[in-house]
Amino acid sequence: MKKILVVLLALVLALAMVACGDNGDAKDTETNAGTDTTLDTTVDTAADTEGGDVAAVMSYADYMAAELDAPVVIEAYVQAKQSWWDNKATIYTQDQDGAYFIYEMVCSEEDYAKLVPGTKIRVNGFKTAWEGEVEIASGATFEIIEGADTYVAEPVDLTEVLGTEELINYQNQLASFKGMTVEAVEFKNGEPGDDIYVTLGLGGASYSFCVEFYLTGTDTEVYQTVSALEVGNVVDVEGFVYWYQGVNPHITAVTVVG
Amino acid sequence: MKRILSLVLLMFVLALSFSSCHGAKKRDAFIIPDEFDTSKNYEISFWAKNDTNLTQVNIYKKAIEDFEAIYPNIKVNLRLYTDYGRIYQDVLTNIATGTTPNVCITYPDHIATYMTGENNVVPLTDLFVDEKFGLAGSEVKFEAPTKEEIIPKFLEECKLGTDYYAVPYMRSTEACYVNKTYVEKLGYTLPDVLTWDFVWEVSEAAMAKDADGNFLVNGQKTMIPFIYKSTDNMMISMLRQLDEPYSTSRGEILLFNDTTKSLLLEIAEHTETKAFCTFKIIGYPANFLNAGQCIFAIDSTGGATWMGSDAPLVDIPEENMVDFETAVMTIPQFDAENPKMISQGPSMCIFNKEDPQEVLASWLFMQFMLTNEVQISYSQTEGYIPVTSKAQESPEYKDYLSREGEDNDFYYDIKIKAAKLMIDNIENSFTTAVFNGSTSLRDAAGQLIENVTKSVRRHQNVDEEYIETLYEDMTSLYHLDNTELSAGTVSSLSPLPLESKLLISALCTVWVFILVYLAVSTIKKRKNT
Repeated sequence: MKKILVVLLALVLALAMVACGDNGDAKDTETNAGTDTTLDTTVDTAADTEGGDVAAVMSYADYMAAELDAPVVIEAYVQAKQSWWDNKATIYTQDQDGAYFIYEMVCSEEDYAKLVPGTKIRVNGFKTAWEGEVEIASGATFEIIEGADTYVAEPVDLTEVLGTEELINYQNQLASFKGMTVEAVEFKNGEPGDDIYVTLGLGGASYSFCVEFYLTGTDTEVYQTVSALEVGNVVDVEGFVYWYQGVNPHITAVTVVG
Repeated sequence: MKRILSLVLLMFVLALSFSSCHGAKKRDAFIIPDEFDTSKNYEISFWAKNDTNLTQVNIYKKAIEDFEAIYPNIKVNLRLYTDYGRIYQDVLTNIATGTTPNVCITYPDHIATYMTGENNVVPLTDLFVDEKFGLAGSEVKFEAPTKEEIIPKFLEECKLGTDYYAVPYMRSTEACYVNKTYVEKLGYTLPDVLTWDFVWEVSEAAMAKDADGNFLVNGQKTMIPFIYKSTDNMMISMLRQLDEPYSTSRGEILLFNDTTKSLLLEIAEHTETKAFCTFKIIGYPANFLNAGQCIFAIDSTGGATWMGSDAPLVDIPEENMVDFETAVMTIPQFDAENPKMISQGPSMCIFNKEDPQEVLASWLFMQFMLTNEVQISYSQTEGYIPVTSKAQESPEYKDYLSREGEDNDFYYDIKIKAAKLMIDNIENSFTTAVFNGSTSLRDAAGQLIENVTKSVRRHQNVDEEYIETLYEDMTSLYHLDNTELSAGTVSSLSPLPLESKLLISALCTVWVFILVYLAVSTIKKRKNT
């Protein structure tokens, strides 16, 4: 009787352990089913590289000449990272000739960490335009060019170009705008924590700028400084020449000069 | 004595195995306290979504202020979002770290995923009817609606399995905002109910250009006659209107069928001519509509204040605005006699916490968001409607609806027309089945249209073979090939599996043996002594 009882107990204990293990596995799988988009993303590349064919890398001039929705392959240097989520990265890149905004390219979190400013990458995707912003569309792929040189752009002074048709030629480049007067500062949600919309005036004209929360975060000097700006302040700003229904630079640095 | 000790030890080990089986991470189910402890202070977090609309933000803040005045021992911390997707992502991240908000604006689809952890989301069925703290309960210190006063159709959308896990906060549907001026300029008259055939026909007619490449209808270089904001809704609505399958209530995926294929091929045809495009590819429908570059803009009634020549909220430069007459219509239909449109809009759920009093505080706040003042004021910010009959039938709300077009701000005609469109079509609205994975299925439905549209624009061949490959890609990408797992939430509410039943039976049997053995031993000992 006692032996039987001991064997029975051991058996039940073993069963309990096994059942516990199974339970954990099932939970993991369920979680994956529910949050499945975190693992994959749609890939849209210009060239089929499986067969060894590598599409020719385009110059900036070729890229600009390409029609919207055309396949493009470019090489450029990472200038800033805007966001990563769900294996998709949005970044600003630039070379000595021009700049490229790359929206939600396929990128693991591990690779995202490697994309420090200056890193040279090759991007394979499609050219598109969203609300006037010319960019490489969601789903592009990239590779880091090992052993390549690095390049971090200096801001180009576009103060005199503001309000002219020439400005669009600098789309997405790191630029500076000097002696701008603050006309309005508006938090997207009415309080800090999200984007800040800034209206800056120059020569009687007003221009829309933005502190893009995903690009800068809220704890940065630029976010804090812009939050504290008052109407009438005169500022020098740096930022990427983003476009949304017209020029809408994403501010990365600001200095109050008056 | 040794034997007894051994047995006690074994029982201890067995008890340990029991407790480890059920996991230290599991939170106990919420039990409604008998009283709300007003002697202690509670701090709760509320993650809310607004439509980039500061009036909505201020209504949230006012509601919190008013609630805190009634319950001074509860402090509500507001965290604002402008995107449901971001709330969803942040909640998932915080479930893993045990730092979920107390109250959260959400979609029922999302709740199904939140429920993959045990007792994460508080079931509300019992709370609704609790005598003291239930909806309009005796201990509730404000005038809340009763359960019966929540529009039943909206409340049912918050039921997962057998329990309610959310309450509706606002409801909206999609509307087609039409540039009536251009429709008539093209020689057409708007029908009472838009049909897909009509929209496609007018859209194609609008593509005619002059010798300089300007579109005849607007004299501009840009014209995208038909833009759909939410392509997942587009596919879901088309299938529902045709009574074609999308999924079963238990999570069986039926989206990838022949009707879907033919719909995609038709969309491809109109993309080829550039008569159709999507928000994700080109931009906001409102911006193109207001610039006279779109004729049929489909977006939520919750975005009505951005639509039309006199829209109070505008994103495009003033000089790009074009003057035209806007018609607010139901989305295109396949059967004009039997219109169907999606019911959407935010709901609210409560996350479970260690302290039931904190959960009760959360429930009281959530209930406060259903009061007339909050419901009416928030619904007036956009083309939303209140979710209670108590608010909908109030003189204040009826007066608001009657003053359509008195100004281009609070009484903006497009906004009030959009709200009326929803009110008039509550019975024609529908929702899709909610299960763990329904968010992914919805994403896949939209992605089918996005991919077809992108591919056509990129001059790729979109034919039946392409669609078949797309089905495979979407199935794999969104893990839709395992319907049993997709229906995880439903199964979690189902009876125990056979293995578990056998294990529990075995454990019970052993315990009976142990007790019998102990009893016999004790009796024997007593007899011996």
